[in-house]
Amino acid sequence: MPPTTETVLGVFAHVDTTVRALEELRAKGYHDVTVYTPVPVHEIEDVLERDRPVSRVRLFTLLGGLTGIASAFILTIWTSAKWGLVTGGKFLQYGPGGGIWGASIPPFFIIAFELMVLFGGIATLIGLVTLARLPRVRPSPAFDPRFTNDRFGVAVHCPPERGPSVHEILSKAGAEEVRFVTGASV
Amino acid sequence: MNEARTTATTPTFSDVNRDVIKTLAPPGNLYFAWMSVVALILAGGILAWAYQIWIGMGAAGKRTPQMWAMYITTFVFWIGIGHAGTLISAILYLFRARWRTSIYRAAEAMTIFAVLTAGLFPLIHAGRMWFAYFLLPYPNQRDLWPNFRSPLVWDVFAISTYLSISTVFFIVGLVPDIAALRDSATGWRRRIYAMLSLGWEGSHEQWRHYRRAYGLFAALATPLVLSVHSVVSWDFAMALVPGWHSTLFAPFFVNGAIFSGFAMVLVLVIPMRHFFGLHAYIQDRHLDAMAKLILVTSLVLTYFYLCEVFTAWYSGDHFERASLFWRMTKEYAWAIWLMYFCNCVAPLVLFFKRARTNTVVLYVVSILVLIGMWFERFNIIVPSLGRAFYPYAWGIYWPSPTDTAIVIGSFAWFFLLFLGFIKLMPSVSVVEVKETLPPPVKDAAHASHH
Repeated sequence: MPPTTETVLGVFAHVDTTVRALEELRAKGYHDVTVYTPVPVHEIEDVLERDRPVSRVRLFTLLGGLTGIASAFILTIWTSAKWGLVTGGKFLQYGPGGGIWGASIPPFFIIAFELMVLFGGIATLIGLVTLARLPRVRPSPAFDPRFTNDRFGVAVHCPPERGPSVHEILSKAGAEEVRFVTGASV
Repeated sequence: MNEARTTATTPTFSDVNRDVIKTLAPPGNLYFAWMSVVALILAGGILAWAYQIWIGMGAAGKRTPQMWAMYITTFVFWIGIGHAGTLISAILYLFRARWRTSIYRAAEAMTIFAVLTAGLFPLIHAGRMWFAYFLLPYPNQRDLWPNFRSPLVWDVFAISTYLSISTVFFIVGLVPDIAALRDSATGWRRRIYAMLSLGWEGSHEQWRHYRRAYGLFAALATPLVLSVHSVVSWDFAMALVPGWHSTLFAPFFVNGAIFSGFAMVLVLVIPMRHFFGLHAYIQDRHLDAMAKLILVTSLVLTYFYLCEVFTAWYSGDHFERASLFWRMTKEYAWAIWLMYFCNCVAPLVLFFKRARTNTVVLYVVSILVLIGMWFERFNIIVPSLGRAFYPYAWGIYWPSPTDTAIVIGSFAWFFLLFLGFIKLMPSVSVVEVKETLPPPVKDAAHASHH
């Protein structure tokens, strides 16, 4: 069975030519594009993120932070009720005004803050790794080592019959090198 | 080595890769000489620690009322050093201070190594450090739990969170850089870097999530930086000891931590720039910016010192006044006046721009600041405990050879970690430095808005 999509890769040396290619591709209706850059570049992000939602990493952070706060209060209040430490001659007890209501809440905010940051941070890391699909065992076929140095890559995934026209768009925009990527399965 | 100095004032993207990769070239004899010296001192410290474990805490000169003495002094000192890194990488990131990019990696590494060093001291100080896990809340047969109302337990949480989050932040920052190393390496190095880079490719989807996550890490780390030394300060401020029991302590400690942290960054970065020829990236204006921060924090610290004296006098509290008077005039007076000189007087030279860009002056001031800040913690801990309320519980402490060797060994441990780091990982961030450079454009007229 012949492949249903093909990947055309353009290698660019400049930001403005990359942006030109992306604008042209958008105008022609090619949306399945992967851009490789050595650093995040605003101009390129502006073009790409026009129709993309904000990264969902922040959701992970929020949930992690809330889990941290909740677990800190549960841990501190529950343990102080379980192990009643006599303070100022008074013993923390269950009952009216006792039990969890008798717990000394203010110092526990410190633990809650620390665990909010800890869980929030770890959840952010988990979010990043999941959403960015890391770790990647094998490099994707369109990746070129120059993309971590000083070159920008535009990989267009399109039906095989559109390959030549994508090739033309990329070369016209000013790509230093355009090639068809073999073994690319999107 | 001096090639980088001769490159054009604004390096290109590939210059950054080349110059950073060059710092990882096999080291010369000078490097190994330094490593050996540092390793020998560390070995001395480890022997002293072994001796202390064998003989007991008495070997370290620990006796009431000065149980905290050198170990907690040095612990607080190292936690303070650990502040500059995350301050640079998180707070200055949020403020978009672009001068941070070339120094933040080294500062972040410094932070982690400083916290790792600091973390040793509660263990050393505890004597039987194999029971250190008692500090952590874990289910046990006797239903015993830590007392969460104790500042010492807050400290455990604050410092372990700080170490974890700083490490995560550091590693996340390293991933795209390691990918850059991977793509220029060959053989087994390439395989190791490929593993460590998690297969990072820099696709726009990866960057999209990465940048969002990085901003969130910075947002989480910012209050964390301020909280850690506040919590450490409450170890003291929550106690009733005269000289400690003050609401001033949290901002006072945080400011001092930033002050000493920046001094340590300069102590590490100035030689790094010299030996790696990184003058194109770590420029005089970066040193100037750090010197200004040292100057500002020094002035704030001077204000806190004055407040300390004023509140002791104005409180009318007999013990507070007596403690302060004793501290400033008797056995430990030399330490407090040395501290005033190093922290308040010496940094004043940084009012002059010529001093701020002169590496020799900066280096000397930074070393003085580090000495001053170590003595600040000494002055808080030792004299205050030496003269608390009861005359029959007063005491004088002098360091013993054992604890001195351990404290000096901790410096060796810190420098050993840092020396190892600069040859294994990029000590200047490839990605962040590139971000501050103008991106390559073909049509210069179009790029005028950069």
